Amino acid sequence: MTETLFEKIWNSHVVVERENEPSLIYIDRHLIHEVTSPQAFDGLRVNNRKVRRPDLTVATIDHNVPTTDRSLPMIDETSSTQIKTLEKNCKDFGIKLFGINDPNQGIVHVIGPQLGITLPGSTIVCGDSHTSTQGAFGAFAFGIGTSEVEHTLATQTLWLEKPKTFEILATGKRKNSFAVTSKDIILSIIKQIGTDGGTGHVLEYRGDAISDLSMEQRMTICNMSIEAGSRAGLIAPDEKTYDYLNNREYTPKNYDELVDEWKNNLMSDPNSKFDKSFTIDVEQIEPQVSWGTNPAMVSDVTGKIPTPEDFGQNNEIQIESAKKALSYMDLKPDTAIVEIPIDRVFIGSCTNARLEDLKDAAEIVKGKTVNSDVNAMVVPGSQMVKLEAEKLGLDKIFKDANFEWRESGCSMCLGMNPDILKPGERCASTSNRNFEGRQGSGGRTHLVSPVMAAASAIAGHFVDVREWC
Amino acid sequence: MKPFSKINSIITPFDKANVDTDQIIPKQFLKLITKSGFGKFLFYDWRFNHDGKEKDDFILNDLHYQNSQILVTNENFGCGSSREHAVWALKDFGFDVIISPSFADIFYSNCFKNGVLPIILDIENIKKLLKFKDKIELDLQSQTINFGSESINFQIDSHRKTRLLEGLDDIDLTLKEDEKIENFEKNSSRISIFE
Repeated sequence: MTETLFEKIWNSHVVVERENEPSLIYIDRHLIHEVTSPQAFDGLRVNNRKVRRPDLTVATIDHNVPTTDRSLPMIDETSSTQIKTLEKNCKDFGIKLFGINDPNQGIVHVIGPQLGITLPGSTIVCGDSHTSTQGAFGAFAFGIGTSEVEHTLATQTLWLEKPKTFEILATGKRKNSFAVTSKDIILSIIKQIGTDGGTGHVLEYRGDAISDLSMEQRMTICNMSIEAGSRAGLIAPDEKTYDYLNNREYTPKNYDELVDEWKNNLMSDPNSKFDKSFTIDVEQIEPQVSWGTNPAMVSDVTGKIPTPEDFGQNNEIQIESAKKALSYMDLKPDTAIVEIPIDRVFIGSCTNARLEDLKDAAEIVKGKTVNSDVNAMVVPGSQMVKLEAEKLGLDKIFKDANFEWRESGCSMCLGMNPDILKPGERCASTSNRNFEGRQGSGGRTHLVSPVMAAASAIAGHFVDVREWC
Repeated sequence: MKPFSKINSIITPFDKANVDTDQIIPKQFLKLITKSGFGKFLFYDWRFNHDGKEKDDFILNDLHYQNSQILVTNENFGCGSSREHAVWALKDFGFDVIISPSFADIFYSNCFKNGVLPIILDIENIKKLLKFKDKIELDLQSQTINFGSESINFQIDSHRKTRLLEGLDDIDLTLKEDEKIENFEKNSSRISIFE
């Protein structure tokens, strides 16, 4: 019988399976951060339980951390309490923590792969929906709630109903592979299948247009699977995957043996059946800009803001959503995307703050200056990304152009730290969610790629970055 | 967890689609380290003006609905962030049941862990319920909703149902399978991060 990659991973992690019941699935990697874990550790304490496998668990601090000078005391007491709570919990329960001053600190989904903790064929969880990022390595990686964090800590397993499978086949070749990025591919996919198109399914991204991408670009795609409603998205590992993970700090010692094993197993069998399938030709894809308040409300950069009726296509609920979105975003139908002025630019987040993202953005910025009406910042995804970028002199390029160059963390993607939009401010952001108030109450988010964000920072409004390179 | 009992309550009609967890509980309230006290922050940006005063036209501020235990809403409720704080806020505010044509996966799963029953109904029944003004009777045991002269059945996974009805703790149940977990680890040793 043929099996998809997801089914192979699932089947090799079943601990208990009974007919018509959820299965008990073993978890190979559990990543923890400060926001969704305190109540889980409390639950363990109340019930006098231990962490079953501290050796499969690591923690970092990313959501709350200030991205300014970390030698200074934190101003926000509640953030500080949450961080101290995680430090204490890790100490009490014997969990390795990459703390605020650790060179390995960073956004949890960035450091997993970069440290070689993420492994092909494994099951990976974290109390964070963007855990799907790590599916780029051919892992079943998904976000969980705090109760499931507690359950994983106590048992190293989770009860799960087996998700269905959804093939996303990406064909063709991007016309300008520098200006049209993997961010544009995933935004185009979400635009077409919708924010709940993948609900109940695991996405497998396949096809030449996916193989063509670097590992960092693949992570951007898998990252936003959750924005299509899928708890997890994955890509079969190949030579690029194995090269990326080789010789990382926590790469397993018997790595070569493991790779041989993975090469024989970790792919969907020819002719394997998916429950759903969707094909996209990447040759047709332009740089994308979101205009609304969910990640399916997206336009080509050469397009215009749609009327709610055009967007909704006879669906009353969608028409109503689009009206509300346009009102919140203060945009009028038929406005050209490139005519929309911006106040802020945020290059960061688990979606687009890895080294390649910063390199590409710097390429656009080099020798230019941020528009005087725009405030722009770069927040590297991890301290290691920051260090590598600085070795390449990227910090200097950004600073010379009047970008702020910050310490790593989740930052303005969700604004739990002081990096937030003011009410009414309009931001070109490389993050993943354009929900109302996501980047600050009353703030207006437009999702774009790093090169689009960089070019827009210089111009002061959205531009078609293909004209710049 | 408290066992889930029959519910007799009016509905709070909340006719919105794609309600994300950032709206249900905005990020500034995720810094608490307990599970309680989130209800006052539920839908914060929709419920309150910038000066902290209640918005008159927001349904949850209407005293008529203050004892309602049932929220009826539209498709893809709870999308976005995995934050369980969203369920804690709904429960703390007083909602024990959420009825929608569809839910986001993580939110749906989080509900059951906190004694909140998410019910999926087709859009026609949702429309009827959104208009229904009197109290409705909801019985999880028989999986029925009675309103006026009508009665509808809803589907729910039998194990989740049992856990809700009996208020069972998931971890206790799993620890009964401990031998199987140990065997699994013995038969296929997992790769330690720190070997």
